[in-house]
Amino acid sequence: MTAAHRRAILGDALALGVGTGVYAISFGALAVAAGLSAWQAQALSLLMFTGASQFALIAVVASGGSAAVAIATSTLVGTRNAFYAVAMAPVLDARGPRRLLAAQATIDESTGMAARYEGDRSSARLAFWATAGAIYVLWNLGTLIGALGAGLIEDPNAFGLDAAAPAAFLALVWPRLTSWAMRAVAIVSLVLAVALSPFLGAGLPVLVAGAGGIVVGLALGARARES
Amino acid sequence: MWPTILIASGAAYALKLIGYVVPQRWLDTPTSRRVTALIPVALLSALIGIWTLVDGSTITIDARVPGVLAALVALLLRAPFLVVIVTAAAVTAIVRALGWLP
Repeated sequence: MTAAHRRAILGDALALGVGTGVYAISFGALAVAAGLSAWQAQALSLLMFTGASQFALIAVVASGGSAAVAIATSTLVGTRNAFYAVAMAPVLDARGPRRLLAAQATIDESTGMAARYEGDRSSARLAFWATAGAIYVLWNLGTLIGALGAGLIEDPNAFGLDAAAPAAFLALVWPRLTSWAMRAVAIVSLVLAVALSPFLGAGLPVLVAGAGGIVVGLALGARARES
Repeated sequence: MWPTILIASGAAYALKLIGYVVPQRWLDTPTSRRVTALIPVALLSALIGIWTLVDGSTITIDARVPGVLAALVALLLRAPFLVVIVTAAAVTAIVRALGWLP
């Protein structure tokens, strides 16, 4: 690996870290707006460390859902990490304590960056660890800034923070809507969740609508973008 | 709130670890891959609907709707995600301040 190649990988990792760090500011602010303390928001970023699941958890909490529904929703959103780990296991070949660390580092971005260097194991490993490290530090720093900042605002809704949350989700889903089948899954899930919400307890419409969307996706043969 | 955070974080970590521990062929089937790809899209889309159009258990059109529509336009214009989020918040705040929608 040349020094230039190494620098390019580290530069990409840092850029991704800065991007997600900015995103984490909105997570911290929204978590506090949802009723979590700054410490609780920080604990999620330190321990859970998988953005979409963190957002899903605070979304259910904010809408008044039960703890069980919040845990179920965030866990289901996190299932993809298990498959990322399957893909990363032979690349990283991590043993012992390193394997425990590798598990925590397995997220969308680190897996995606490593996947760019298929067949070049040392580059893939550097990309994985550098991306995860940069994001871990900046994701937590962003969460702290957002959580402390939101605590200073008296009425978050006056600043439109309640629209920032669904907008953040939309931005999260957007790159995955690469086929008509995927778009159909998104629309069916969205409409079903809204339609069911007057009839089911808080949080449950999300799980039921999500299941409906998945069935539609399987029926349409939806394929995800390979990341 | 703390038990919810700790249990959900533990479950998230277990999912990450399981892929390193179990033999690859157990998890990596075509069907499980397809379902896993669909789960985030389906659940996050459902949450977008709830957070945009539902208040408690009532379907409602309020200032969040123009904000999220503005975010959609920003995404169509390939805006970076911070711009998308700030656009949504700003439009909602302005619509609310003007008293057009609650």
